[in-house]
Amino acid sequence: MNHTMGTLRKFRSIARFLKGSAHFLVLALAAGMLNTMFNALTPQIIRHTVDALTGEGGYPGTRFLLLAAAAVVVSASLAGIFTYASSICISKGSEGFLKTMRDQLYRHIQRLPYTWHVQHKTGDIIQRCTNDVEIIRNFICTQLMEVIRIVFLIVLYLTIMFTMNLRLSLIVLLFIPLIMGYSAFFYSRISRRFLLADEAEGELTAKVQENLTGVRVVRAFGREMYEIERFDEKNNTFANLWIKVGRLMSVYWGAGDFMTGIQIMTILIIGTVFTVQGHMTLGELVAFISYNSSLAWPIRSLGRVLSNMSKASVSIDRVSYILDAEEEKGHPDDLKPPMNQEICFHHVSFSYGSDEPVLKDLDFTIPPGSTFGVLGSTGSGKSTFVHLLDRLYELPEDSGSITIGGVDIRRIDLSHLRKNIGIVLQEPFLFSRSIGENISVTREDPSFSDIREAARTACVDDAVTQFDQGYDTMVGERGVTLSGGQKQRVAIARMLLQKAPIMIFDDSLSAVDAETDAKIRAELKSHMGSSTVILISHRITTLMQADFIIVLEDGHIQESGTHEQLLAQGGIYRRIYDIQMNTDDDLLMEGGKA
Amino acid sequence: MRIEEQEYTKNFDIRIWKRVLPFLKPFRTTAAVVLIFNLICSLVDIILPLFQRYAIDNFIQKNTLDGIWLFAAVYGVVILIQFVSVMLFTRGSASLEMYIGKTMKRACFVHLQELSFSYYNVTPVGYILSRVMSDTDRIAGMVAWNITDMLWAFFYVLGVFVAMLLLNWKLALIIMLIVPALALLTWYFQNKILHWNRKVRKINSRITSSYNEGIMGAQTSKTLVIEDKNLAEFQEITGEMRTAAIHAARLSAVYVPLILICGSLATAIVLSRGGILVREQLLMIGTLSAFTSYAVGIFEPIQQLARNLAELISVQANIERVMTLLDQEPMVKDSPEVIEKYGSTFAPKRENWEPIRGDIEFEDVSFHYPDGKEEVLSHFNLKIPAGTTVAIVGETGAGKSTLVNLACRFFEPTGGRILIDGVDYQERSQLWLHSNIGYVLQNPHLFSGTIMENIRYGRLDATDEEVKRAAKAVSADIAAERLENGYNTDVGEGGGRLSTGEKQLISFARAIIADPRIFVLDEATSSIDTQTEQLIQKATEKLLKGRTSFIIAHRLSTIRHADVILVVKDGKILESGKHRELLEKKGYYYHLCRQQFQEETLEKEGIFSAV
Repeated sequence: MNHTMGTLRKFRSIARFLKGSAHFLVLALAAGMLNTMFNALTPQIIRHTVDALTGEGGYPGTRFLLLAAAAVVVSASLAGIFTYASSICISKGSEGFLKTMRDQLYRHIQRLPYTWHVQHKTGDIIQRCTNDVEIIRNFICTQLMEVIRIVFLIVLYLTIMFTMNLRLSLIVLLFIPLIMGYSAFFYSRISRRFLLADEAEGELTAKVQENLTGVRVVRAFGREMYEIERFDEKNNTFANLWIKVGRLMSVYWGAGDFMTGIQIMTILIIGTVFTVQGHMTLGELVAFISYNSSLAWPIRSLGRVLSNMSKASVSIDRVSYILDAEEEKGHPDDLKPPMNQEICFHHVSFSYGSDEPVLKDLDFTIPPGSTFGVLGSTGSGKSTFVHLLDRLYELPEDSGSITIGGVDIRRIDLSHLRKNIGIVLQEPFLFSRSIGENISVTREDPSFSDIREAARTACVDDAVTQFDQGYDTMVGERGVTLSGGQKQRVAIARMLLQKAPIMIFDDSLSAVDAETDAKIRAELKSHMGSSTVILISHRITTLMQADFIIVLEDGHIQESGTHEQLLAQGGIYRRIYDIQMNTDDDLLMEGGKA
Repeated sequence: MRIEEQEYTKNFDIRIWKRVLPFLKPFRTTAAVVLIFNLICSLVDIILPLFQRYAIDNFIQKNTLDGIWLFAAVYGVVILIQFVSVMLFTRGSASLEMYIGKTMKRACFVHLQELSFSYYNVTPVGYILSRVMSDTDRIAGMVAWNITDMLWAFFYVLGVFVAMLLLNWKLALIIMLIVPALALLTWYFQNKILHWNRKVRKINSRITSSYNEGIMGAQTSKTLVIEDKNLAEFQEITGEMRTAAIHAARLSAVYVPLILICGSLATAIVLSRGGILVREQLLMIGTLSAFTSYAVGIFEPIQQLARNLAELISVQANIERVMTLLDQEPMVKDSPEVIEKYGSTFAPKRENWEPIRGDIEFEDVSFHYPDGKEEVLSHFNLKIPAGTTVAIVGETGAGKSTLVNLACRFFEPTGGRILIDGVDYQERSQLWLHSNIGYVLQNPHLFSGTIMENIRYGRLDATDEEVKRAAKAVSADIAAERLENGYNTDVGEGGGRLSTGEKQLISFARAIIADPRIFVLDEATSSIDTQTEQLIQKATEKLLKGRTSFIIAHRLSTIRHADVILVVKDGKILESGKHRELLEKKGYYYHLCRQQFQEETLEKEGIFSAV
């Protein structure tokens, strides 16, 4: 019960999503109450008919009986109309609420900083956005409504019963807390088991999924039997936990039926005694029994609903956790300066959380329209550099500054900044739309010739036109699977169409073979125009065309200069160059000899 | 191949259901228990209203309380019987559900371990997963609960009719008039409701995948500044959802009151017609009250029957989906003779296995993929003596993996033979060959668990020391030790917590610890930086000595020392030979090589510096 009160308090935090649907819920409640009232009429009609049939005053006429029959149908029809109205209102209210909540969550998640996304697992967030949202919806639109309706029903029925027979009603009253309490107790006990069983199911699913995605590894190592043994373990745990839940449930159901049965029996027997003793009429007894059995289910479900409501409390917390996370900040006085300007890093240091800094005192200038190369090994901080420039990670105030055209990027309007910086990531993400839509996703009104032009520059036009549906080919699970290289090239085309004055290639040709790599770079060269280009790679051949190159090592600039200067310095760059080139020099020599 | 949601069958088909029987068979005792107690439950439910009739007719009407204690005792016993049978029946059903589900899931899983890559290549994981998990759950739930519910409802309705006919057959017949109307109404609405619910579920799964995309693609959306566009699209789907859900709800909202009104009609008939009979002393008042109970009580079970029948038919689709999976024939299969001698994948007879040397011979091999007609390999001959390093080069998508897939028997040739140590590999078991292969893929897949466990996957009985040694051999120790918990670091789902480079290093160690006779490196070092790659290459050279190996690469510098280089273009082998021979040929390989160092030459001539 305490949980339930807690849930109600937390409810206020999500009540804002009820805007626009609350009135439907109020209407639904009103209709539900009217429905309950009309439903309560039928036993009264039966009562009067039975009394008329057994009473002292002689038998009723056929007319009376037909009237009674008509009254039953009319009251049921009226009840039916209100049931209908109530259901419609509930569905309108709850679907409206659901939509508002979903849209708001989606909007919010899109605007949460990239840092937040990195720290959270996709599966978990989705779970919160789907399951937990559904639980909250059920709590407000089904359970809460149901509780109100049931309480109303119990009060109404009991009132009627009290007016018919006080002592018998008191006996009914005795059973209510007993059955309700038992239900609530049981459900709160079993919900823990449900949780365990749910987890086991999640683990089993994960196991199967992993086996399927790793099928090539399983086969290549001949580990089929090992996999089946692991699967059996999880499958057995899963089944056994659910069987345990089932056993508990069977006790609950059986005992619930038993208690309800005893209640109905008690009322019938004591009622019979009272009737025989002349304390009540037979009609009253029949009506009383009818009300009493109508109470049985609502009482049992009230216990269940109340204990289930505590689940909603957890779900509200889980959803609020997302909603309370802070969105990316923007200020009304943010600037929108021209972006085809000089980019400056002033003593930039950065660390993720409290860890070792990944960037240490970076200080350099990228003149507008130039090509800037970054060479670094895995974990040297080269991707962090991109994240900072695009403000995917926010540079803290005291960690130096990055300026574009002299304006601190932290003062630049976020979407203005990002619209003007085009990035191709190493493992680019394509949306499950058509290839054409993917390429033109940044444009409001793209023309097909623009799309093809961009695709041609990125050397992916040939590959795309080979698909049956060309640019309309769907990407992803419901369409074709593109190779890593094709994805990278589609992403390049997409970025080109963004027509940004600053372009960043973050190791974005790593999955393309050398020949295509060269073709793309040649194509790009003629299309880069006056854009500033930042190339990040561990392939020297990609970098050596840059006007200026820095070599990142452990987060600081180890070397910098033009390709020739770096070669002359004889440092890391030279060493990597030798490794990559020497082998090729051998080739050249051998080729020359041939 | 595109996979669409299968159409649902419309009519009840007993042949489909027969296929579930084998899964039910081992649990027939449980099923019998469920049946028996289920029957008792419906019997008790039929008897209960008769107590009210007895009380009215024998105590109240006769104005006596004689025998009320006995009455109470009998009543109590019946309730007790109900308690026990409800408990045993639900307990049995719950167990039955899990037993059937468990057995089906296992059957699917085991079968999946045998299916060939050609199946996995065209079937999305999510598609298979939903068959193994949700479809089996639905079928098991249907057999354990819905069918027993239907039986209960059927027995109950039947029993009530018998009871009513016995009590007063004329009144009973009049009430029965309503039943067909009720059944038709329910049938009509339930089918519509099911249809709309399916629609709602479909939209729901679109919402989930939209969330998925919104989250997975967050970084990309941010860099492209298309958050608002995404939201607009999302709102469109949630709007569709609202419309469909309200439509579905509207159907139930009409249906439920209609049923209730039908019920009130039955009550009205009992009251008016029964009242007249009571008045004419043709009917006892207690019987009338029992009739009212029956008239109201019969409606829920009839609705349930129709509802369950509609669902029963919809579950056929689930059964068909699971059976299609189980019927899927593996493309690569061991013959019965081979299984006889060497054991199956699941029960290998390792004692009969010949040791493997690693000679591989392609003898007049032709091949085309099952979904394509064009031969990618025709009458291909190649002898690979044990210890040879074979390199395969060519453009992205040229079909470099085909040869390796054939050699590893992930696919079998459509013509000709492949001999391992001089014997057609189809005369040996798959597991025999696979146990001797070390495979490192371009996109390495790790299993969730620690780094230690992942490396040990290559050889299950390896000690910690051996794991560390293997890691060291490929410089994976540096990556492992850099992490917080060293070798005990959890790599996350699919190795997600590690970088691609780190994953490659670990998959490398995993292959090496298996100490295989045959090694496959599929563009294995593409995401490792140059210095690390150098380390690996040195280690590889050492490790490949004495083993037959295939190296697929697009950086030609890595394969110059290979014993044979196969040059692939458009799925066909264009040239083959040693590096030097191929260069002398001045063919396509020569062209590729030139291409790769042309850039350096260009750079020396100062062409790139113009940028």
